[in-house]
Amino acid sequence: MQADVFTRRRNNALIFFALLAILTAGSIIITQYDVQKGFTSIARALIWGASNFYPDARSLTKLPDILVKLRETVLMSIAATSVAAIFSLLLAVAGSRTTRICSSFTVIARGIASFFRNVPLVAWAMILMLAFSQSSLTGFLALFFGSLGFLTRAFMETIDEVGENTVEALKSTGAAYFPVIFQAVLPASMPQVVSWLLFMVETNIRDATLVGLLTGTGIGFSFDVYYNAFNYHAASLVVIVIVITVLIVEMVSNGVRRVIL
Amino acid sequence: MALLELKNVTKYYSGTTPALAGVSFSVNDGEFVSVIGSSGSGKSTLLRCINRMVEVTSGEISFGGVVVSRLGKKDLRKVRTKIGMIFQQFNLVDRMSVIENVLHGRLGYKSTLAGVLGRYTHEEKWQALKVIQMLGLEQQVYQRCDQLSGGQKQRVGIARALVQNPKMILCDEPIASLDPRSAKIIMDHLRSICTDIGMTLVISLHQVDMALKYTDRIIGLNRGVVVFDGTPGELTSQRSAEIYAREPKDVNINLGERNAS
Ligand SMILES: Nc1ncnc2c1ncn2[C@@H]1O[C@H](COP(=O)(O)OP(=O)(O)OP(=O)(O)O)[C@@H](O)[C@H]1O
Ligand SMILES: [Mg+2]
Repeated sequence: MQADVFTRRRNNALIFFALLAILTAGSIIITQYDVQKGFTSIARALIWGASNFYPDARSLTKLPDILVKLRETVLMSIAATSVAAIFSLLLAVAGSRTTRICSSFTVIARGIASFFRNVPLVAWAMILMLAFSQSSLTGFLALFFGSLGFLTRAFMETIDEVGENTVEALKSTGAAYFPVIFQAVLPASMPQVVSWLLFMVETNIRDATLVGLLTGTGIGFSFDVYYNAFNYHAASLVVIVIVITVLIVEMVSNGVRRVIL
Repeated sequence: MALLELKNVTKYYSGTTPALAGVSFSVNDGEFVSVIGSSGSGKSTLLRCINRMVEVTSGEISFGGVVVSRLGKKDLRKVRTKIGMIFQQFNLVDRMSVIENVLHGRLGYKSTLAGVLGRYTHEEKWQALKVIQMLGLEQQVYQRCDQLSGGQKQRVGIARALVQNPKMILCDEPIASLDPRSAKIIMDHLRSICTDIGMTLVISLHQVDMALKYTDRIIGLNRGVVVFDGTPGELTSQRSAEIYAREPKDVNINLGERNAS
């Protein structure tokens, strides 16, 4: 009986790797991807980058412009994330197993979450551009929708995990629904909720660059402009500024996490 | 007069085997009753049916002359304020202080808004402090609950139940996750709550020796059926074997052996 379990586990692993190998080989054949060329071009790309894609003294004069755009992007990401977090938290409380009002709410909340999460960010940006054209509202909404899907799911799981015992305890004292939510569920899940929120801000600052490229706003737009004008030195400065910003945001949020956890 | 009365209480979660099958007994004011039985015999289900954290399938439960199973939401909450509950896993909000957790016991008496905001009156705070002192936690009043030992956490659980001013307290395996020393402290507290305050207690226990030592009356459950209801003196080792028998025939075999010798 026990030996059987182990054999089955090994067989499952073998089948899994065989499938993975077939899938990889299949996709390479179908797309006629040249593996060897793929690897050698990585090297060539690196060499090109090292000789062209670095900031020079002249590009530093663009820094003030870039920083203005950066601020716009960072603020938009934070705004989109925090507005999404509010809606997500409401959805998550309504949809979590432990705090839902009725079980159909779970289905609805899960449905909303997976719909918004599974439409790629770029698709959101393209669709929204039809309605709002190239504007920062488009970027804001694209990030908002993506975050809404992700955060709803994350918050729902957090509440499921954290809330059950205390909800039971407070309900058994005769407490009504909202006091239970505000006195037990939210305080107990707050550290994880904040942690997810910070993670989302980090991700969104990164993604906002891409969205900005499409919607013509923020730092993504700066990159686009410099890149199309063959000003690779300025474009590389943009990339470096983004990387530094993301690192700083990550450091700040790690600090915040340490304090609240 | 009986404070709590169960008539033919039956509970099916799903499927065809009942978690409780035709359970009937009554508990008098000021009694300390233990419910014992092996794992899965229905102890937790029984306690949760009393305050309707679990809905019964059929049968009738009355508490203080009120038929609990027919109450609407609001009246049910009113009855729950009169029934405290303590749990094996303590079910505290770990990130909040001892006093805040204890005051959660008052939420059932508050308006929704006051409950949401956690506004407590001066008398409530004073009462909470008095109960905390009675349980020997005066050094920990403002400490966060995740810094407490298991025994201390369970005392917070007892304090939260006591500030409800309940007529009865349900204890679901309150000492199952505690070391023997802390377990003794908790059982001593529960005993004195019964003897000194005259509180009615219904406690589920894994350990027969604790039931024998501390409680006035023992109810034995075997797969959802009450197979013993009597004083500790009446619980012979044969009756005890009956409570913990896996199959009905196990008991017969034991009896046969005993009769033969
Ligand atoms: N939420 C549930 N859904 C379905 N079945 C359940 C649920 N809770 C309990 N049961 C089943 O009901 C039966 C009684 O469970 P219960 O938890 O009341 O037993 P218990 O005596 O408290 O056990 P333990 O000593 O392990 O805590 C078990 O067979 C269990 O599998
Ligand atoms: Mg149990």
